[in-house]
Amino acid sequence: MSEVHKNFMELSFASRSENESFARVAVASFISQLDPTMEELTDIKTVVSEAVTNAVIHGYEEKTDGVITIRTWIEGQKVSIEISDQGLGITNVEEARQPLYTSKPELERSGMGFTIMENFMDEVAVDSREGQGTTIRLVKHLKTHQQTLQH
Amino acid sequence: MGLYVDVARRRNVLIVRLSGELDHHTATQVRHRLEDELSKGIDTNLVLNLENLTFMDSSGLGVVLGRYRQISQLGGRMAVCSVQPSIHRLFEMSGLFKVFSFFEDEERAIRACGVAS
Repeated sequence: MSEVHKNFMELSFASRSENESFARVAVASFISQLDPTMEELTDIKTVVSEAVTNAVIHGYEEKTDGVITIRTWIEGQKVSIEISDQGLGITNVEEARQPLYTSKPELERSGMGFTIMENFMDEVAVDSREGQGTTIRLVKHLKTHQQTLQH
Repeated sequence: MGLYVDVARRRNVLIVRLSGELDHHTATQVRHRLEDELSKGIDTNLVLNLENLTFMDSSGLGVVLGRYRQISQLGGRMAVCSVQPSIHRLFEMSGLFKVFSFFEDEERAIRACGVAS
């Protein structure tokens, strides 16, 4: 048996909304070494976009001097992504995770961010402390190439 | 990759074609542009053509829902057309699939707003 393929990357960037597209493209580019399906790639891009947008809008309230860090691990076909900010934190995580809930209705938020993360990923964990920041941990098991061919 | 907004008119229907990626950053641009166009008072109906939209997240859902509310207040209709499968999935997940009218192409969407071709 060959050894399980492992890899890791980390990147930090300013809490500017234009970095939302940079972040999702960077993570998608990193996991492309696993030969994901188009659907898996879109799922990952979408959840990274959701988590980074939460950090920009809610963590830092659109102030651009915050730092957002993304760490991505690959272990075999398992992808783990951690998105952290040192912003305001979430007062009530359970409430924030409810579909259609938004703390900022005036900004035309759909309140679907966490629901999308939960639908597209196998695991979603939120660790948030008021005044200290939020870390979102996401895990997805990609189909192996063999499984994809069988479909 | 950014977002490009192309605007056309047929009678009282504002036709908006979005190309590129609709996220929180570009949603602000779409919201302002469409609010400007609708504030001219020409249109009561809106057709959103998403044929060339390659990416959308929940911020996109928010801006589409916002325009739906705006058009409903004007007493008009909103029709969405040519949605790609990955984006279709988001509309389904959010339940908005039941709220908006979806069409396969722009002509059908325009006709659904009550304009004969």
